Amino acid sequence: MEPVTLWPAIEPLLMDVQKPARYIGGEDGACAPVHGPGVVSWLLCYPDAYEVGLPNQGLQILYEILNERPDALAERSYAPWVDMEQAMRAAGVPLFSVENHYPSSAFDVLAFNLSAELVYTNVLNMVDLAGVPIRAADRRACDPLVVAGGHCAFNPEPLADFVDAFVIGDGEEAVGEVTAVLAAWRSRPVEVRDRAALLLGLSGVAGVYVPSLYEPRYEGGRLVAVQPRDGAPAVVEKRSIADLAEWPYPRRQLVPLTEVVHDRLNVEVFRGCTRGCRFCQAGMITRPVRERPPEQVRSMVDAGLERTGYEEVALTSLSTADFSGIEQLVRDVIGTPRHEGRVSVSLPSLRVDAFTVGTAAEIQRVRRTGLTFAPEGGTWRMRKVINKLISEEDLYSAVDAAFSQGWRRIKLYFLIGLPTERDEDVVGIAQLGARCAEIGRRYQRGATVTASVGGFVPKPHTPFQWASQDTAAELQRKVDLLRQAAKGARGLTIRWHDPAASVAEGIASRGDRRAGNVIERVWRAGGTFQEWSERFDLARWTEALAAEGLTLDEVVHRPRPADEVLPWAHVSAGLHPDFLWQDWQESLAGGAVEDCRWTPCYDCGACTGLGLEHVVASPVPPAGGSQGTGQDLASGDRVPVRLMTGARP
Amino acid sequence: MPGPEGHGPGQAGPARVRLRYTKLGKVRFTSHRDVVRMWERALRRSGVPVAWSEGFSPHLLMSFGLALPTGAESWAEYLDVALHAAPDPGMLPELLSPLLPAGVDVDRAGRLGEDSASLQQEVSSCSWKLEVLGLTAEELGSRVERLLAAPSVMVERERKGRMTHDNLRPAVLSLSLAPAGGYPPGTAGPDGVWMDAELATRPRGVRPKELLEALGPEATLARACRMHQWIERDGARREPLEPRGDIARAGAAHAPERAS
Repeated sequence: MEPVTLWPAIEPLLMDVQKPARYIGGEDGACAPVHGPGVVSWLLCYPDAYEVGLPNQGLQILYEILNERPDALAERSYAPWVDMEQAMRAAGVPLFSVENHYPSSAFDVLAFNLSAELVYTNVLNMVDLAGVPIRAADRRACDPLVVAGGHCAFNPEPLADFVDAFVIGDGEEAVGEVTAVLAAWRSRPVEVRDRAALLLGLSGVAGVYVPSLYEPRYEGGRLVAVQPRDGAPAVVEKRSIADLAEWPYPRRQLVPLTEVVHDRLNVEVFRGCTRGCRFCQAGMITRPVRERPPEQVRSMVDAGLERTGYEEVALTSLSTADFSGIEQLVRDVIGTPRHEGRVSVSLPSLRVDAFTVGTAAEIQRVRRTGLTFAPEGGTWRMRKVINKLISEEDLYSAVDAAFSQGWRRIKLYFLIGLPTERDEDVVGIAQLGARCAEIGRRYQRGATVTASVGGFVPKPHTPFQWASQDTAAELQRKVDLLRQAAKGARGLTIRWHDPAASVAEGIASRGDRRAGNVIERVWRAGGTFQEWSERFDLARWTEALAAEGLTLDEVVHRPRPADEVLPWAHVSAGLHPDFLWQDWQESLAGGAVEDCRWTPCYDCGACTGLGLEHVVASPVPPAGGSQGTGQDLASGDRVPVRLMTGARP
Repeated sequence: MPGPEGHGPGQAGPARVRLRYTKLGKVRFTSHRDVVRMWERALRRSGVPVAWSEGFSPHLLMSFGLALPTGAESWAEYLDVALHAAPDPGMLPELLSPLLPAGVDVDRAGRLGEDSASLQQEVSSCSWKLEVLGLTAEELGSRVERLLAAPSVMVERERKGRMTHDNLRPAVLSLSLAPAGGYPPGTAGPDGVWMDAELATRPRGVRPKELLEALGPEATLARACRMHQWIERDGARREPLEPRGDIARAGAAHAPERAS
């Protein structure tokens, strides 16, 4: 039966809330799927505000794939802002979809995108607004299935009590398989349609983790094992699509009616990264590198710009300047006659070298206002520890090139609180920044450099997963030290993230299943939208920890020993634990590893374990600098990677 | 609209076209800024040769009339655009409406004379249909009478960050309860009491919400729908674009010849 729309009940609420366009849908590209028997209905939920969630490409990809299937449909929902949540609760309006404005009860699946840890309390809030028991154990056969995916699902334990099933890794193929299991279960007679059978069925899908089939054991207040039962796999391996070319999504990117972040066309040019930055979870869990063929990128750009009317396209990936033939691609996009020279291209995550600046110059013929680089560490020693091998010459020549070609502001990203960090590394940030500002003044009187520092949070499935995390007080001390060192440096501004937020992120990042109770307490105390500084209060988190008999030192700050069972040990991103440990040890010894796209394999496990290969169009590294590999790239060694057929070398 | 930039004196400037469009249904919750962006995208996609400004950051030469408050609907929004080539304006509604969100439909288009004034300068008042909750028809009727009889109606409002006291009475040109069935077309039906209002836009306009505040604290505005915008000249009242697409100004009939 077709559900009944809640719009007449929602509409009056919108007269009195901020930004009511968050709740109306109507985007160009939105589907209005027809519900009916034999169709598994997904409500794709983004646990943050509409303007943050709408552009999320992962959600949009799955939205299209599900709506193209004859046996599935998908609508979307975003976390209602605090004022709207209050209005909804007062009026008895449950969580709803933005397409048909159907209640969440009209859906078989509530699927959450987990892009950041601090949104976890919003997940609980949305499940609760949906009228579904927040704990998986309390749900009945008639309740929707609560699933989650995204990068943060690689440590599913903090949300394990609230989520029925996690999809680990790329979702493109898995959503169809989950749909099939659900459809088969629903076709059963009602008396044998119990939730346990469904969950057991889902645990048979590769890449699906059903936490209720795993029992954590603790000894002396510490996790010692996570034991599977009922034939659930001992280790859940991530899903990974072999060839991005087979998934040219989104085909119809959503164009919102109201302002959102990253309001532009986005085309993913490759997935995965082998730079090997040791702090970077995204780079570690998305291996190997899978490039999209350049001709497909071009056709997605052309079709996307024509359809949407956007004037800006972002070529997205974890390091777009590394895309084979990036200069040619950028030239092609900008030079397309029908773009009339008005289309701008943005390359998020610029590589730090003069060559990249040249490409950027080609892109931004006008409006050369700001350019951003991420050296991450203040000294060469620090950058070797984190394996972000940018030499000072690379950085200064990049900055020189930028200022000399008309840019007026440079932004530099750094992390503080990194393993082995000394005060001189922190002070080094100020010295680097001051030097960059000095370079700028050679070209422009008003040249400015902003150094933006964030507190390092060790992430699961990275070589730093065993590292200690600085306390908020220690991070603050380093911020103060940095500000002191930057005093008097002309043209240099220091910005920093709230150290307290890094601490809360640490709880949700490396916590085990007991962190779930902490998250629930923070949510019950009103702690939603924790990504928003005006809504964040560390006291809620520390009080919740204390109430659960846990300490910040135990959960967040202490280093993990080699023999400790990590809470996510039964989830695999394909990386050998030995590789990660060796890389951690090498890091402490100041050793670096190279990018395996262009050098021999050092067997991290991602390709071999998953039966995958790098897919790149060129066997030689792109031109320019050392590209942060610390290698002499002039020789352009041939390496054993799969080349795309028909690709230009 | 100020003289179109992008061409020097003596050169033929771009042709100016005025469009009338609706803002109805869910899209009413978008802001004026959102509407501007929708139009920019739709015009770019349409291939209509819209003129661009010159300078450091070129933009489409468009000029909107009075901003519609977020949440209000309208049957009569206007937009002036400058076009390099002058297509038959008659084809624009059909061309543009499919490129705009549901509820935004272009229903009239006409050429403007080169010297015609901007919407902001010309429009002097708007007619509204307003749905009021919290009062019965009798109560609302007597409050309307009281408001109309008052020599001045003071309201407090924020202006450039400072609270000011304004008399909104002169801006209320007419106000009455709507006749039976007098709610806007397409509206589901009356939950509250509908009023018809004509509110001036100059020298200091009044917004529907401010009018409601002046009617007392129990009255809340459920819906507001702009039905017409008016240009008053020499005692006569005309719409910025007449149904056939003529321009509502003296000598408008000659405008197309002058522009081409």
